[in-house]
Amino acid sequence: MIEAKNINFYYGSFHAIKDVNMKIEANSVTALIGPSGCGKSTYLRLFNRMNDEISGAKLTGECLIDGKNIYSKSTQVDILRKNVGMVFQKPNPFPKSIYENVAYGLKVNGEKNKTFIENKVEESLTSAALWSEVKDKLNKSAFELSGGQQQRLCIARALAVSPSILLMDEPASALDPISTAKIEELIHDLKRHYTIVIVTHNMQQAARVSDKTGFFMYGELVEYSDTKKMFLAPEKVETQNYITGRFG
Amino acid sequence: MKHTEKEIFSLKEEVKLMWKLVIAQVENSKKALLNNDLELASGIISREVDVNTFELKIDTHCENFIALYSPVAIDLRLALSLIKISSELERIGDFAEGIARFVVHKECEKLDSQLLADLKIEKIFDILIGMLLDGFVAFETEQTKVSERIIAKDRQVDEIYHRVFNILADYMKTYPEMAVCLLKVMLLVRKLERIGDHNNNIIEEIVFFVEAKVLKHTRKASE
Repeated sequence: MIEAKNINFYYGSFHAIKDVNMKIEANSVTALIGPSGCGKSTYLRLFNRMNDEISGAKLTGECLIDGKNIYSKSTQVDILRKNVGMVFQKPNPFPKSIYENVAYGLKVNGEKNKTFIENKVEESLTSAALWSEVKDKLNKSAFELSGGQQQRLCIARALAVSPSILLMDEPASALDPISTAKIEELIHDLKRHYTIVIVTHNMQQAARVSDKTGFFMYGELVEYSDTKKMFLAPEKVETQNYITGRFG
Repeated sequence: MKHTEKEIFSLKEEVKLMWKLVIAQVENSKKALLNNDLELASGIISREVDVNTFELKIDTHCENFIALYSPVAIDLRLALSLIKISSELERIGDFAEGIARFVVHKECEKLDSQLLADLKIEKIFDILIGMLLDGFVAFETEQTKVSERIIAKDRQVDEIYHRVFNILADYMKTYPEMAVCLLKVMLLVRKLERIGDHNNNIIEEIVFFVEAKVLKHTRKASE
């Protein structure tokens, strides 16, 4: 389980995340929605400490994963990121073969058993719903794949190191409707084994794939509730105005 | 006004037009029955097709709105409610037409004004027209304060309806030769009672649209 407690985040003097509290259940999909610049991607990146290197950035509050504060001094960031995978907006495969892309994380983590790596590559590509499309061309360059396939390859790469949490920052925004549908179907299937947090600008996507939705505005978590409730009867007028397109 | 808001506005306007037509149909059916006005009754029957056309048009409009605009929250509740409200209004229109046919077909030529007074037909009509108007205002203003009043009026109609049963039974004993006519009157009053029920369903839909609360079945279970 992920738990954010009184999270505040600053880019220098800019207060980007304001006192956010949120509990995310294991094996669920949580969508984060809100207008551009509302802080949702910044908030997502906190869960695997991707904001650490930003000059002048400051965090207060606690971010717990399975009860442990990931910002404590004892946390090893490389191990944290193995447990908390990330998929970005644009597919970013490495300039390597399909096989090497998936095997990369395992090798970096010191895995040398070739059979284990082969099995893990197949397992990850299968989980990412890509195996049947690439099994005969594993040694081809990842760049030969379509955009949707590249994104699923990136998901397979993230899954290969056996994380328990997957963070997705607009994973389908650069894809066509068919590839988007595949990614959404994949998210639905992956939920059985992973906890997924997804940032999306596509309201219907949030409604389709998530169990819970958090609506951010001006760095505040305005509303966080079951997705069905959020899209049928939101509590806050700000949420209603945003999801019905009356915002701004 | 944004494009989506224009669509919503035009959907609401269509339903309001249908509502006004149905109110007129019920008002005219009252006049036609109480005054035995065959011409007015014929007009109600010929306008029934307009009520049906409205229902089909609103259904299609709502389906298109859902398909093209993917509405959520209050907009989704509006579209879902309008499909049901137009269906309820259409049923009310059917009953108004049924009353008009009762007049035109001279189902009960010996129907006297004393019997109509004893049955409180005019009072039932007035309550029903009041419910329709209250519902219309609640929808137009998106205020649900009148919901309790509408529900109370439906109870009033139900009470009168249950008394009608006994009154007609007494009439039958006194005037057995009028039995067929009185049975037809019973069916007519049943139509009025059903109009009350449909009005009640409409206010439930308005509460769902405005407040996201489901009143359906909860009240009946608690009674």
